[in-house]
Amino acid sequence: MNPANYLYLSAILFSIGAVGVLVRRNAIVMFMCVELMLNACNLAFVSFSRINGNLDGQVIAFFVMVVAAAEVVVGLAIIMTIFRTRRSASVDEANLLKY
Amino acid sequence: MSGLLAAVDQTGSTGEQIVFWVCALIAVVGAVGMLVSRRAVHSALFIATTMISLAVLYITQGAPFLGMAQIVVYTGAVMMLFLFVLMLIGVDSAESLVETLKGQRIAAIVLAIGFGALLFAAIGNVTVNLAVGIDGANAADGGNVQGIAHLIFDRYLLAFEVTSALLITAALGAMVLAHRERHTPRKSQREQSQDRVRSGEPQNLPGPGVYALHNAVGTPGLLPDGSPTDRSVPEPLRGVSAAVGVDHDDTRRVNALAAGGAIIPGVEEEKS
Repeated sequence: MNPANYLYLSAILFSIGAVGVLVRRNAIVMFMCVELMLNACNLAFVSFSRINGNLDGQVIAFFVMVVAAAEVVVGLAIIMTIFRTRRSASVDEANLLKY
Repeated sequence: MSGLLAAVDQTGSTGEQIVFWVCALIAVVGAVGMLVSRRAVHSALFIATTMISLAVLYITQGAPFLGMAQIVVYTGAVMMLFLFVLMLIGVDSAESLVETLKGQRIAAIVLAIGFGALLFAAIGNVTVNLAVGIDGANAADGGNVQGIAHLIFDRYLLAFEVTSALLITAALGAMVLAHRERHTPRKSQREQSQDRVRSGEPQNLPGPGVYALHNAVGTPGLLPDGSPTDRSVPEPLRGVSAAVGVDHDDTRRVNALAAGGAIIPGVEEEKS
């Protein structure tokens, strides 16, 4: 099978994640879409690693996972703090700096 | 695991094709489901499905370590953290689907389709050479995990060390952000008891009226004068118990039982 199929799948998942970040209003769901985009990139890295025949791509994917875990921890803590003060997780509600 | 890896040859076997198409379908369905489901909990479960099928794809591509890490780190830790936060801020918050910016949804979908088409075109122009596979690289150090360990602790050692600083910073940041500052001093036990006596009601709230015929905490207790009191019911159940009320037939039946009589069902049912 052509390993480019994995890259096509990765492109599809990345695009779906991008639509989610643009369309959804719930901060947590937006965060999940970002995770989906990171996962799509990881799939591309693993495929590149296989195509090139070395393990560097897998190591990069491993580092992406670590960074994603750190990002999720801090991001969810920020969402919780915003929820405590505004009683809402919608990104439309956080508009104090708008005007 | 080694048997699974041996099944993956350089050109991609029929078995790999089947695994790919099944898992790709599940992954895309999960991603679309996450996109369109209104409740955040459903979105979380959909994306967990996507992540598990991606882990299977990693394993079929000769990356068993990453596949396992994907399951443990992403579906096990990250998604469960998402679910914890969802439960903290309320699962019932279904998102309103009203568009706040006019035409934004259509524009976003068109943009993403265009972006995807661009990526497809770029990938289509690439010729993928399968002369080298991952199996040689995996076998060079005696296995996939050993090979990755060799790279992490040799060529990427500095990046790995910086990662530890990142993780510590993230943990500290999460603690600082989630910490709630206390603005008033904590009340001592003495002050609490004084407040309670001054409130005019130092005694306990009345207990719930769990009768022999109603094994539910939502049944209101009876005051000495026989009237039901709502304050004996836990707060979330108060509206419900007010609707149910106290069936005084029940108290009569309990009294009859206590006096040694037997329940005659027919008589009571005719009354009610």
